[in-house]
Amino acid sequence: MFPNQFDFHRPASVDEAIALLTADPDAKLLAGGHSLVPAMKLRLASPSALVDLSGVEGLTGIQTNGKVTIGAMTTYAALRDSKELAAALPIIPQTADNVGDPAVQARGTIGGALAHSDPAADFTAIFLALNGSVDVTGSGGSRTIGADDLFVDLFTTDLAPDEIITSVSFPAQKAGSVSAYEKFRHPASGYAVVGIAVVVNAGTDGVVDSARIAVTGATSKATRATAAEAALKGKKLTDESIAAAAAVAADGLEVNGDHFASADYRRHLIGVLTERALKRAAAAQ
Amino acid sequence: MTATVEAPQKYVGQPLRRREDPKLMTGAGRFLDDIKLPGMTYAAVLRSPVAHANIRSIDTSRAKAMPGVVGVFTGEDLAEVNPLPCAWQAAGVENFVNTPRLLALGAVKQVGDPIAVVVAESVYQANDALEAIEVEFEELPAVTDAREAIKDGAPQLHANAVGNVVMHWTCGKDAATVDQALAEAEVRVSQALTNQRLIPTAMETRGSVGQYDAGTEEYTLWATSQAPHVHKLLVAAFILGVPEQKVRVIAPDVGGGFGSKIFMYFDYPLVLWLSKKLGRPVKYMEDRTENYLHTTHGRDHQTDVEIGATKDGQITALKVTTLANLGAYLSTVAPGIPTTLYGRMIAGCYKIPNIHVDVRGVYSNTAMVDAYRGAGRPEATYVIERVCDLVADATGVDPADVRRRNFIQPEDFPFDTGIGMLPYDSGNYAPALDRAQEIIGYEQLRAEQAARRQNNAQKLLGIGVSSYVEVCGIAPSKWIGLGGEGWGAGLYESAMVRVYLTGKVTVTTGSLPHGQGHETSFAQMVADELGVPYEDVEVEHSDTKGAPFGFGTYGSRSLAVGGTAIHKSVAKIREKARLLAAHLLEAAPEDVVYENGKAYVKGSPEAAKTIQDIALQAHIAYNLPEGMEPGLEAITYYDPPNCTFPFGTHISVVEVDRDTGHVDLIRYVAVDDVGNVINPLIVDGQLHGGIAQGVAQAMWEGAVYTDDGELVTATMNEYAVPKASMFPMYELDRTVTTTPVNPMGAKGAGEAGTIGSTPCVANAVVDALSHLGIRHLDMPYTPERVWRAMQAATA
Repeated sequence: MFPNQFDFHRPASVDEAIALLTADPDAKLLAGGHSLVPAMKLRLASPSALVDLSGVEGLTGIQTNGKVTIGAMTTYAALRDSKELAAALPIIPQTADNVGDPAVQARGTIGGALAHSDPAADFTAIFLALNGSVDVTGSGGSRTIGADDLFVDLFTTDLAPDEIITSVSFPAQKAGSVSAYEKFRHPASGYAVVGIAVVVNAGTDGVVDSARIAVTGATSKATRATAAEAALKGKKLTDESIAAAAAVAADGLEVNGDHFASADYRRHLIGVLTERALKRAAAAQ
Repeated sequence: MTATVEAPQKYVGQPLRRREDPKLMTGAGRFLDDIKLPGMTYAAVLRSPVAHANIRSIDTSRAKAMPGVVGVFTGEDLAEVNPLPCAWQAAGVENFVNTPRLLALGAVKQVGDPIAVVVAESVYQANDALEAIEVEFEELPAVTDAREAIKDGAPQLHANAVGNVVMHWTCGKDAATVDQALAEAEVRVSQALTNQRLIPTAMETRGSVGQYDAGTEEYTLWATSQAPHVHKLLVAAFILGVPEQKVRVIAPDVGGGFGSKIFMYFDYPLVLWLSKKLGRPVKYMEDRTENYLHTTHGRDHQTDVEIGATKDGQITALKVTTLANLGAYLSTVAPGIPTTLYGRMIAGCYKIPNIHVDVRGVYSNTAMVDAYRGAGRPEATYVIERVCDLVADATGVDPADVRRRNFIQPEDFPFDTGIGMLPYDSGNYAPALDRAQEIIGYEQLRAEQAARRQNNAQKLLGIGVSSYVEVCGIAPSKWIGLGGEGWGAGLYESAMVRVYLTGKVTVTTGSLPHGQGHETSFAQMVADELGVPYEDVEVEHSDTKGAPFGFGTYGSRSLAVGGTAIHKSVAKIREKARLLAAHLLEAAPEDVVYENGKAYVKGSPEAAKTIQDIALQAHIAYNLPEGMEPGLEAITYYDPPNCTFPFGTHISVVEVDRDTGHVDLIRYVAVDDVGNVINPLIVDGQLHGGIAQGVAQAMWEGAVYTDDGELVTATMNEYAVPKASMFPMYELDRTVTTTPVNPMGAKGAGEAGTIGSTPCVANAVVDALSHLGIRHLDMPYTPERVWRAMQAATA
């Protein structure tokens, strides 16, 4: 539990942070640290330096004017306690309250979670289901990465080594949009054995225009359950249509297993949790 | 008006808050890793990454040249130092003993075996240098499962243990007699039961600080110890071969142990050896993964039971065959756990006329297994309580009634179960069962269970009953020791009570708190018995210097054995105080009584001498009766005539999600009988923690090894130690059946919760699934395991 030697920087601006990352390709950003620091203590990660973003101005805060924009260094605790989010996107505070424990919630940040791309994180699935995007800045300038492009693989994202997520945005939700997150917690880690986030947009007639269903915990990165999404399109949310979507939720997914939950069992859970999440969403219509 | 001695407030029986807690809860405790000595160096240990291998070579040259490194040592450097001792071998049979060396010499037999130690100026430098040590292994096949380890052709761990068998031990009637009784039984059931391996997980991991003083030639060891006197003896006389009077062992605040800190570990002698070699104090502290890999584990039994019963649920015969996986080597008392503490307790609360128990200890390429909270009794209780439910299932008798029909009756005590345990001291089992059924609303729950099954409810309801009896305060030494059950020493306990000139009191106990609240409970006892304010009594422990030898804290023995030693020391002081008071009062000794802190002539309490007056006189000593020594103190070594046998009934209710197999524990009732209670708050706390640990085995915990011996559950991210939020509020009650074994009438409460709870929840989960035809399911009840069982049953 004693990490290798590393340098520690606390820049005051994004530009300064980028300069540090550019100068030292083995440096890592510290954005909460509840994943990175344990990995360092186990010597599974040995960055040459930590660039702590907690001193950078302007990376925290929540804006809700239709579109929701959240500073990358906003903690789960701030998301959990936000009255604005409870009104605009209640799935976010509800999920923040379902991450780890109070200590993790107090330190962990939404930008850190997305940049880490942990295969069992909660907010990766929420980000996918809500069709979010991240604004990033690097030595080559700024750009926006959409939900479907951010996660590349296990602990791997589309971010370049010198790029920093500055904010996370979610589009304004249409009238009639409903959402839910169902999480099957691992009793040891508290991570999702399987987590399912659903966002369903339906017209005034209740017919589904579009649905986004995201899986975490079961696959190497948070992934959309596109077969289930397609199954709902053009249908009303009924027990039958929900069951039909749940039945195909794991289709096309490469599901992983471990000693606690096999791949087959996780596929089963994907179906069960998809059904439960959709039923909860339907109940909110 | 007649003068009377004012009856003071009695402390015993009061739920006083623990006086230890303000210190511990405000961070003012002093744990092992808080110790900092001038010139301190830090040790880090290179652990084997492979489960079974010969060591071809170790190259430490690069590590020795690393910044801050003071020394690097391997097993070769310690070849002259004795291996750790095994201090309890199974009695009456041959034990093929193999114990670990301080550092591996030539071979490793489990992942985590210590291979080399680096000592450096900082713990970071020590850990950096570990990465520079190069070891060449010749890997050998490994075996982790006891059933596999005894098969022909399995990898062999030790030349002297053919088939990896440590020892083969039996108790009860001979096998043929029990086979005959089984053959004649009206109902027969057999079942294979796995009691999975657990990792004790004390909040504080293990560690040690060694300091050798070249001037006095004294060795001081600070260790995370449940038994510092025993560690002193073993380090001095058995391992390092240094004079016992030159060794001092101190246990600072100890953050839990659950048995795992009873034993001798490699680092205790190692830090002393290193300190002498290097002329510097040396600290070693495990990290959590080292703790999980190499500090002892618990349980790991594979058992086959054969049961004979009558049609109305009377158990007539029980044959139990167990493989106890003891790991790669024998830990300090490992062979005693699955024999004396398991085999001889297999009858539980029941009169069973024909019992045969057959136990083989087995070596495997896994961490050593030794006592873990309950030590043998949880394993025994799991077997007999699953047996009761299997009988209930086979006969159609309600599980609670099976227990009631087989209970040892109150008039049967002291009761000899006929399998070599000492007679159970006292008991009245039915009232605890009755009370537990009443609190939980047993009949209504059965009705609700039936209704849910009828309605195909989403959540199945399960009700689990477990009646247990366990053995605490293991004694007397004549029975447990080398002439009897094979424990390598005594199991008495010591107490030194000193009343100072000012009337203040120090109690020095050979037992040692690491969560049990000795400083509070013992002070309550002494305050009452001596008649002094509670605040005037200090309880000392955990430092061998100047203290009488004691065996430490485990097996729920501190109060039953150590408390009795205190009681007897106080009695000696009271008697001396009475004699001195008679002298001061110019009365005949036989006319003077001592009560509530005062001595007076019978009928004249107004002219009393207080204990404070008497203590002053005893210490200034100018006016003592002829022949009386000055001072007011007493030492007692107490060796009880028998063990104590607490008991109780636990009932739990679970819900099983039919879609996912997820199990929720929704209610937990425990009615325990631990005899008289000194501090009900502390006893409840012990039960709360114990129940959580026992429930955890049923629901979540289990050490998992890959077939080639890698520990999958080597971090708390994988090994599921539960959180408080995963439990319902417990519903606790007590019955009180005192023990004749000690003057307090107290039986012991440290392990009862763990012992009763594991089978309670196991029975509830199987009960929830029983209508599907499921008779048994191995623990832990992970959702996938439960889901698959339901799938298979309904396929």
